[in-house]
Amino acid sequence: MNAARLARRAFMLLGLPLILLAFWWVASASSTSPFWPPLQTILETFPKTWTWDRIVSDVLPSLARLGIGYALAVVVGIVAGTAIGLMPRLRALSEPVLEFFRAVPPPVLVPIIALFAGYTGWLGKIVTIALGCLWPILLNTVEGVRGLEPVLNDTARSYHLSRWRRLVFVVLPGASPRIFTGARQALSIGVILMVISELFGANRGLGAAIVQFQRSFAIPQMWTGIILLGLIGVLLAALFKVVENRMLAWYVGQRQIERGE
Amino acid sequence: MSIIQTVRMRSAAAGAPAAGAGAGDDAVALDLRGVQKTYDTPGRPQVEAIRHLDFSIRRGELVCVVGPSGAGKTTLLRSIAGLLDLTAGEVVLDGRVVSGPPEGMAVVFQEYGRSLFPWMTVRQNIELPLKEKGIAKAERRAKIDRALEEVGLTEAGEQHPWQLSGGMQQRVAIARAIAFEPSVLLMDEPFAAVDAQTRAELEDLVRKLWKDLGVTVLFVTHDIDEAVYLGERVIVLSNRPTVLMEDVRVDLPAERDQLTTRSDPHFGELRGHVYELIQQAKRGVRPDAPAASSPQEA
Amino acid sequence: MTTTPTAAPPEPRAARPRTRRSGRRNDAWLGVLGVLIVLAGAELLSRTGIVNPDFLPPVTEMYASLFQLLGEGSFWESLWLTVRGWAVGLAAAMALGIVVGFVIGSSRFLREFTSSTVEFLRPIPSVALIPLVVLMFGTKPASAFLLVLYAAFWQVLVQVLYGVADVDPVARDTARSYRFGPLRVARSVIYPTALPYIMTAFRLAAAVALILEITAELVIGVPGLGRDIGIAQSSGNVPATYALVIVVGLIGVAVNLFARFVERKALWWHPSVRSEVA
Repeated sequence: MNAARLARRAFMLLGLPLILLAFWWVASASSTSPFWPPLQTILETFPKTWTWDRIVSDVLPSLARLGIGYALAVVVGIVAGTAIGLMPRLRALSEPVLEFFRAVPPPVLVPIIALFAGYTGWLGKIVTIALGCLWPILLNTVEGVRGLEPVLNDTARSYHLSRWRRLVFVVLPGASPRIFTGARQALSIGVILMVISELFGANRGLGAAIVQFQRSFAIPQMWTGIILLGLIGVLLAALFKVVENRMLAWYVGQRQIERGE
Repeated sequence: MSIIQTVRMRSAAAGAPAAGAGAGDDAVALDLRGVQKTYDTPGRPQVEAIRHLDFSIRRGELVCVVGPSGAGKTTLLRSIAGLLDLTAGEVVLDGRVVSGPPEGMAVVFQEYGRSLFPWMTVRQNIELPLKEKGIAKAERRAKIDRALEEVGLTEAGEQHPWQLSGGMQQRVAIARAIAFEPSVLLMDEPFAAVDAQTRAELEDLVRKLWKDLGVTVLFVTHDIDEAVYLGERVIVLSNRPTVLMEDVRVDLPAERDQLTTRSDPHFGELRGHVYELIQQAKRGVRPDAPAASSPQEA
Repeated sequence: MTTTPTAAPPEPRAARPRTRRSGRRNDAWLGVLGVLIVLAGAELLSRTGIVNPDFLPPVTEMYASLFQLLGEGSFWESLWLTVRGWAVGLAAAMALGIVVGFVIGSSRFLREFTSSTVEFLRPIPSVALIPLVVLMFGTKPASAFLLVLYAAFWQVLVQVLYGVADVDPVARDTARSYRFGPLRVARSVIYPTALPYIMTAFRLAAAVALILEITAELVIGVPGLGRDIGIAQSSGNVPATYALVIVVGLIGVAVNLFARFVERKALWWHPSVRSEVA
């Protein structure tokens, strides 16, 4: 009984991915098209391409820039978003401006920032990532702070909690589900910008490497780069989910009970 | 209704001086003097919610406030809690005029599910106001334990509020309030959203806590039975703009229980009297408009 | 503690709608003021030389450049190509996402069988596909189309799956007990429930689609405003670069407003105005 259930779960989890992989393997096995090398070739190329040296010189710097830019956006976004959310006047004043900056597709920041900081160093790339990630976090924080349950506000006031206690124990936890929504949107934008920011000028990095492979028609290597980038995206999303489930355990539990699960 | 002892029925015409209730000042926990509240929003007609209210509550009293729906009960409570600014008059708690949420007052809101912090456990919910008071950790723990025991929730301390039933959540809110050791406990229709059985249990809990702890309680409700069952006095409000209809003394025995008290004929008389007052209030009868035959509003 | 760190002082419930209406007019004026402050600030920073005017030209120059652009046919051509690319990619993603979502969502087996694959493919950044589409289509609009399609499709699919799963089981049972055919069930039970989710999907996907359309133009060189920005920047025409970025930003604002308008239209009959899921 238990074994049967386990087998069923394994089938549900792995069935389709395995089918798809097998299909790719078989369909590409005898491929002579230069663009679609056999999966076997790609997999054999992978360890040769992504050696430790290359990971240190290309992949880790890309991820470090993403991490720094993202962290900056999270800190600035939460601080500014909380301030704006708590002050209705400031919010009214800044709302249309923020709406505009949010609506600017982040990749167009690249040429603008290139004007200021150039694009060979780290600074321009980090600023691009941070600016692109900032708006979803900031605007969601504003909404989260604003949408705080009024009865909780009254409660905090009637027990005259001090400013910072209200901030730390009431306002920020109350806004945290929305902050996480923004942070999740920002993460996928951050990955996009991590890649794009490396495509201008002479550059090193994961994105730059992939495009370099493509330009030199090293097609199997290019494919391994696409796969690696995909894996990084999946890994980051999984990591985010773990953090979210830990920090928002109360929210997840509450919603499950509300929905009668 | 000669049996009913009417303590006083004030003419609450605007401008009437609010004399003290005659009780010594230190015996009065909460004093409302000429309280008036008008909602005034620019570019809109004013809404007069409370026209004039004077009453006082002695230390250690349990007083209920009832009124027809829309009588401004919540406005009154929020004014007393310092969550709302008055248009005129003052609320005095322990000899000090209330401006902003006062020290020594705790509020239990109707929306129990939303007044507890869902990201904290039950113990953390009770602890937060105590931390604010600057109480040391060991003492905090003792106070939380005692409060949880008083409301019968010793087992639930490490759970989150949303894991508990509605009645238990309201017990947590009450535990948080009594652990705070207020001199006055305000309760805003706290049991309006729980089922009838839980409600009876919680009513008895309030009576028990009131007797055990000697706290002054102001209990706002729309339920006439509940008001008479719980209160030592029942303050009946008129319809809007609110004035005092009558201040009814509930001279029932101090020991009350759901079965015998509610079947006591005197309980029935008191209940009937308050019911009659509410009906009058609904028809627009008001003490400040002596022509009681002309209803003001539908 | 005279000021409170909370939002507005809690107002009486009865008086709330009134404050909101008169407050909204004030808010609008404050918003205009905010925009003016930013414009004036940027102008000042540039004119005084605090920020190098080579990098940040005065706002007046940006707008002069913008008006000059408005008179050029090539600008309108680019604008049209960008909007067309966005709309076509978005429409394809919506159609595909809705159809696939309904098929997968209507069967418990398919839902469970595909969920691991969806969860895996969804976070793959669509920019990873850039080298591939370049090889296949070069700078043709098809390159942008594929990127837009891939990015927007997952947004739509996930929302539609939530929507179909949200169907009230009682409504479904009722339909079954009246022997509705599967098409009628889809039309009269599943579709109305899923509609608000589809509208949310539209709002999210519309924004993502624009990002990818511009990215493709800027990075690959697919004709459109994005490519023009790249050309203006690399040829040193800084005011035109800013003018084009402003245009693209305004397109983004228009897309957001349009998506929100569509969403609200579809939601007015729905009891709950929902926020997006996941």
